[in-house]
Amino acid sequence: MKYIDEYRNSEIAAALVRRISETVTRPWVLMEVCGGQTHSIVRYGIDRMLPQQVELVHGPGCPVCVTSLEMIDRAHAIAQRPDVIFTSFGDMLRVPGSRGDLLTLKGRGADVRVVYSPMDALRIAQENPARKVVFFGIGFETTAPANAMALYQARRLGVKNFSMLASHVLVPPSIAAILQAPGNRVQAFLGPGHVCAVMGWREYESLCEHYRVPIVITGFEPLDILEGILMAVRQLEQGRAEVENQYVRAVSRDGNRAARDLIFEVFEVGDRKWRGVGSIPKSGYRISYEYREYDAEKIFEVDAIDTHEPPQCISGLILRGLKKPCDCPAFARQCTPQTPLGATMVSAEGACAAYYQYGRHLDTDGRAAEDCAASGGR
Amino acid sequence: MCLGIPGEILEVREDNGLRTGKVRFAGITREVCLAYVPEAARGDFVVVHVGFAISKIDPEEAARAYRVLEELGQTAELTADASNPEGGREIYRRVP
Ligand code: SF4
Repeated sequence: MKYIDEYRNSEIAAALVRRISETVTRPWVLMEVCGGQTHSIVRYGIDRMLPQQVELVHGPGCPVCVTSLEMIDRAHAIAQRPDVIFTSFGDMLRVPGSRGDLLTLKGRGADVRVVYSPMDALRIAQENPARKVVFFGIGFETTAPANAMALYQARRLGVKNFSMLASHVLVPPSIAAILQAPGNRVQAFLGPGHVCAVMGWREYESLCEHYRVPIVITGFEPLDILEGILMAVRQLEQGRAEVENQYVRAVSRDGNRAARDLIFEVFEVGDRKWRGVGSIPKSGYRISYEYREYDAEKIFEVDAIDTHEPPQCISGLILRGLKKPCDCPAFARQCTPQTPLGATMVSAEGACAAYYQYGRHLDTDGRAAEDCAASGGR
Repeated sequence: MCLGIPGEILEVREDNGLRTGKVRFAGITREVCLAYVPEAARGDFVVVHVGFAISKIDPEEAARAYRVLEELGQTAELTADASNPEGGREIYRRVP
């Protein structure tokens, strides 16, 4: 229990762990959807505080990790053009594409810039009217309102040299895909708090009903996660399958109406390919017909792309909760945050990076093997 | 990059027809779009994701959430763009 002692709210944490232990009577597999939650779980050792019967597997909720290789290769093709200023969130620069990462491209002279917000990319476009400024618009529903506003403002202000390579992914269809996949082990979900702060949780109600699976909308702080786990385990033990909201202080059933309205003005729902997982129907936002003149995919015509993924990378299985990072033979050997083979090793929210950062590969007490029991079952 | 970071609104104004403001995150102040939190005013705390406030939050909770995010290394995105050599303008600043 060394992790609990290190944590400042150790007493509440210990009480929650006790309540979980008292509630659980048989083995359950829970998935946390959000990469921020994964990071927090590994950082605070939450998975190791839990009773043996409760297993956490890590979900697909890291937008950097699930951006498809095709999309990254398209980004490269666009960023290489001399007339382009390519802008992106920092994490995306280090994600390996078929032919290296964007940072390497920048080193070779491409004008690739890190921005904090898509609005900064729009500003760069206004300041550089002779160049074409492209923003790599990735993210889940949390990021979509920001990207939607950048396009809305670009059109309103008549900024013609701005466009977006949009690769948005959506949480509810990915939950459905995980539940439908052969060999699925996940029995309940901790839902993503910040995604639901924008979208609310109505969509999750039909998932619960259809798949008979409990979903608890949960925050990212350690006590949030422990409470979310307790609520999910209670539902499982009682045979309930409902949406419950642990993150009441940030999330309401309807979410942020203004943000949602603008998303649907600028984007439309379409099929989306997820890295390591494949295409999931209706699982992404693409730029709507109305806004097509801001769609970088259409402007630059970068379609036929021949991708190459390292064969040893099992990140697709990790993103679906079927394997854990230390099941991968390359983990902490050929693949480290300095030399990432797959996207889940790049972003801090990726399960491989989180396991590496907190030394899960260095453990000598046998816990590493136990953490990786996902594939074999405990 | 998926989590919102809480900060305090220091100033609200209109910028190109958009509700905008300055938000302070511990020692860092940034321009933030406030269009999605029409009810938030100066002195309020908001959760900010990639330059957009997405919800209000109470001050005590904001402080706690910020500390956890800092421990997780998740506040780094606030200054990620400071490394752009071609930036040429002040994109973030520390408040004394
Ligand atoms: S450790 Fe590296 S190679 Fe293995 S699954 Fe993770 S990202 Fe892929």
